[in-house]
Amino acid sequence: MSDETLSFDEALAKYDPVLGFEVHVELNTRTKMFDAAPNAFGDVPNTNTTPVSLGLPGVLPMVNRTAVESAIKLGLALGCEIAPVSEFSRKNYFYPDTPKNFQTSQYDKPIAENGSLDVELEDGTVFTVDIERAHMEEDAGKLSHMGGAGRIQGASYSLVDYNRAGVPLIEIVTRPIRGAGERAPELARAYVAAIREIVKNLGISDARMERGNVRCDANVSLMPKGADTLGTRTETKNVNSMRSVERAVRYEICRHAAVLDSGAPIVQETRHWHEDTRETTSGRPKSDADDYRYFPEPDLVPVVTDAEWIERLRAELPEPPAERRRRLKAEWGYSEEEFRDVVNAGVMDQIEETIATGASAAVARKWWMGEISRLAKQREVEPGELGVTPATVVELNQLIEKGEINDKIARQVLEHVLDDEGTPAEVVEKRGLAVVSDEGALSTAVDEALAAMPDVAEKIRGGKVQAAGAVVGQVMKATRGQADAGRVRELILQKLGVEG
Amino acid sequence: MSRNELVQLSAAAAAAKLAAGEVSSEELTRAHLEHIASTEGEALDAADRSRGTSGLNSFLHVAQEEALATARGVDASRAAGDDLHPLAGVPVAVKDNIVTRGMPTTAASRMLEGWLSPYDATVVAKLREARMPILGKTNLDEFAMGSSTEHSAFGATRNPWDLDRIPGGSGGGSAAAVAAFQAPLALGSDTGGSIRQPAAVTGSVGVHPTYGSVSRYGAIAMASSLDQIGPHARTVRDAALLHEVLGGHDPRDATSLKDPVGPYAAQAAEGAAEGGLRGMRVGVVKELLDAEGIQAGVSQRFRESLEALRAAGAEVLEVSLPNLRYSLGAYYLIMSSEVSSNLAKYDGVRFGSRTLPEDGPVTIERVMAATRAAGFNPEAKRRIILGTYALSAGYYDQYYGAAQKVRTLVMRDFEQAFGQVDVLVSPTSPTTAFPVGEKVEDPLAMYLNDIATIPVNLAGVPAISVPGGLAPENGLPVGVQFVAPVREDARLYRAAAGLEAALEAEWGGPLLDRLPSTESLISARTEGAAK
Amino acid sequence: MSAISRDQVAHLANLARIEMGDQELDLMAAELDVIVDAVASVAEAPIQDVPPTSHPIAMSNVLREDVVEEGLTSEEALMNAPDAEDGQFKVPAILNED
Repeated sequence: MSDETLSFDEALAKYDPVLGFEVHVELNTRTKMFDAAPNAFGDVPNTNTTPVSLGLPGVLPMVNRTAVESAIKLGLALGCEIAPVSEFSRKNYFYPDTPKNFQTSQYDKPIAENGSLDVELEDGTVFTVDIERAHMEEDAGKLSHMGGAGRIQGASYSLVDYNRAGVPLIEIVTRPIRGAGERAPELARAYVAAIREIVKNLGISDARMERGNVRCDANVSLMPKGADTLGTRTETKNVNSMRSVERAVRYEICRHAAVLDSGAPIVQETRHWHEDTRETTSGRPKSDADDYRYFPEPDLVPVVTDAEWIERLRAELPEPPAERRRRLKAEWGYSEEEFRDVVNAGVMDQIEETIATGASAAVARKWWMGEISRLAKQREVEPGELGVTPATVVELNQLIEKGEINDKIARQVLEHVLDDEGTPAEVVEKRGLAVVSDEGALSTAVDEALAAMPDVAEKIRGGKVQAAGAVVGQVMKATRGQADAGRVRELILQKLGVEG
Repeated sequence: MSRNELVQLSAAAAAAKLAAGEVSSEELTRAHLEHIASTEGEALDAADRSRGTSGLNSFLHVAQEEALATARGVDASRAAGDDLHPLAGVPVAVKDNIVTRGMPTTAASRMLEGWLSPYDATVVAKLREARMPILGKTNLDEFAMGSSTEHSAFGATRNPWDLDRIPGGSGGGSAAAVAAFQAPLALGSDTGGSIRQPAAVTGSVGVHPTYGSVSRYGAIAMASSLDQIGPHARTVRDAALLHEVLGGHDPRDATSLKDPVGPYAAQAAEGAAEGGLRGMRVGVVKELLDAEGIQAGVSQRFRESLEALRAAGAEVLEVSLPNLRYSLGAYYLIMSSEVSSNLAKYDGVRFGSRTLPEDGPVTIERVMAATRAAGFNPEAKRRIILGTYALSAGYYDQYYGAAQKVRTLVMRDFEQAFGQVDVLVSPTSPTTAFPVGEKVEDPLAMYLNDIATIPVNLAGVPAISVPGGLAPENGLPVGVQFVAPVREDARLYRAAAGLEAALEAEWGGPLLDRLPSTESLISARTEGAAK
Repeated sequence: MSAISRDQVAHLANLARIEMGDQELDLMAAELDVIVDAVASVAEAPIQDVPPTSHPIAMSNVLREDVVEEGLTSEEALMNAPDAEDGQFKVPAILNED
């Protein structure tokens, strides 16, 4: 049964949405948070475990240094204060995907607190989102629900794979975000995009949402226009694509508005997002069953940071994405619009590398935004995933500049390169795509064309130089496009005794 | 040598005879296995293991073949002239809450009946590395929760001094095995006195090492911040030798110390030498001297021990641990809180037994609840519920939080006391072994038994219990406990060996020389039951 | 006086996932009452301004290098499973659909 909703415009006319996010980022460490089992995706179930990841009797956790350093780096990138003393705590609850029936997490002493993140919307508007905290914890195993269309509802039993149990997570929690108004859904999407970009840029996560590397719980509440106290919020769990985040927030705003309009209170609960129906459904209400009985993890000791450690990690931080974009735009001399297109097409890194490999900014943009984007679209992949290397682009461009091939041939060459036929030069060689530069053959072809078009030849002789285009076309046709059009034109004018 | 002579050898003496080629490890190990077979008794009810046996019932599993195989291997290596660990070939028993590959580990709980560990505890790996034959797994209170070993799912262990009495707990199995010559050495775990109190009431030696000095990896956790593995033995020197095998840093245990191990045996030897305690300041804990409910004979033997210490050159002073009276409450809150979380993993999903609900829907939540209802005994449930309560929202500050602060006070008390004296001394337990069944229905009375041992666990300081004689009123062993500052385990061995030497000189030999033959006790009891 | 009610014990037993019958709840409530009374004395200790202690020996930054160690095979992982299917642990339904 679907819930009542108000239209988005109606909802926004009456209420101000307040957002909050808890984003879980899975780190790409080699091993798990508290044991030396591999942290890997997609392996045969229950092959990436140690006695520790299964929570067998007698085991003890050991903290992964790289995971801690990743958390500190993320904290720094989010402008957080790094805690001088940070502690792990146990969050106690029973669930079959949680081997110890408690999650080792952080509670009152997280590794990072009090940061902020500037989130840029598509039109360039910047929202500052306050970060309350970022803390370290471990992931749970994976449950597969059997019999009942794979859903927990109607399943007759479940299977548990503990490969993911213990994979390091960082949970980033925002403070309530007010004032986004009608842009709330867009901000939600942009916030998750920004977090993804930061963790990818830091190299601490693969940030692949389809694999659950970045998972977002979105909190939504509404305040009547002009009110000042926060409304009751709902938490929509595990919204796992940026598009879904945007849609889920929009849906919850419309649903809350309808509930509030009816005079009913919002139930504080978790909601589940369904991509197929584009709705949320009620999960579990918050209750005293959520008494997690946090207490300091007695098997682990505190993480104590000093200035030396923090500064060493700070020095390892790459340039922040937003700053980098500003710098690159200036360096490349692209217009506002050109640069935004490049960013939206996701080829900024590729262009940067292509330039570094030896192409000009204009040439790099021409290729990545032109032919490569076209091919990517045709093959239904992202331009960056097409398999074109910056070296290929530079080599193609050099072949054009040397006059060995023309633009049209270059496009064919690229397709052949993608079909694994070799480097551009090898393709040109193997397929005989080099422009016809044999002057004798070219001369004959020009003579034949002129002979076939005597009236055009006459016009040219009479000074109508632009008529030469038709003859050039004829020659190109005859040479199946492999002639250098410039040279053909020169020959025509020369043979007719006209100055170009 | 006869079987009796072989099993009565101390570990140090056995090691010397092995090294000299006077006995083989196989002979020695076989003698112990035979002695175990003749002292464990018969099952009282073949269909219900919880009824226990007619004898000691100190072992839950005897690893006959494996132990003999290890022994033969050591003998072969020795014959080949290989370098061997000094204790190689000396058999040892392991408390059944310490995991072992290739033999069962149950923690004396139905919950783990049939479970096989795919890995060895670090201390077990060390025993294997030293090539000490592992005789088997010893009985305990379920998940090490109890002071009598009556709370074992597989029947109570009996005290070798009197089979109708408890051997202490939770390590009653290891203590009884060592005292009754079933094994020269055994591993124990001590969360609130589970090594020392059984040692005291069986007339043996038990050590709680400095917290973190022996790895906990593979010890089935009861209360992580209080648990510590340590040695059971018949002599201070033997305990020291085993401690040297067990100690050392473990990269799998985040609370493991990096300190060097020992020299414990050397310090024990010095303490036992003439005038070995000269200049040592021994502090008598005032609050434990006048403790409520202390048995007259315990008090008497303890005072005689103080005389012996003085005679051996020690200076005996009185010190105070003013916050001791809060330590029992703090201990029970911290212990039960950690227990409630550590025992959550026993849910019938990944390992162990699974119990289905008797009626109603079979959901995982209900299966977990039924499994835990069937798998845990009332004592475990009591502690889990108490811990759940102490950690729950609204009570944390009042209970768990306050207990952790009391813990700080107790540590400060120790620090202050150790500013005045080198070691502290007290009776280990206020009473001698009580009859089986006497306190099993009165958890609070059982808890009070631990008053002298638990402050040690709260502060993580090392402590040892050594025999102090037999109480005149019932002829049962009394234990004397020494406590040293953290990381001063060596000092502990020196003091304890000094007292041991002084008392044995008075007695004309070790206390356990006076232990009645277990076989005779069993037959007397069996005949008595038959009449 | 602590006076722990049976309902409170029922709630705790649910949090701790231990099935308890009415009689057991009553007995546990009575026992818990006595024990809680005895341990509640910690709050009377002079603990104002005293920091809590989690570990008897203060340590920090015990960290492991991020290096994979050989773990369990699927067979070893599942060897003690009460129920398994296709290399995974099998558990009853999570929700009650009846």
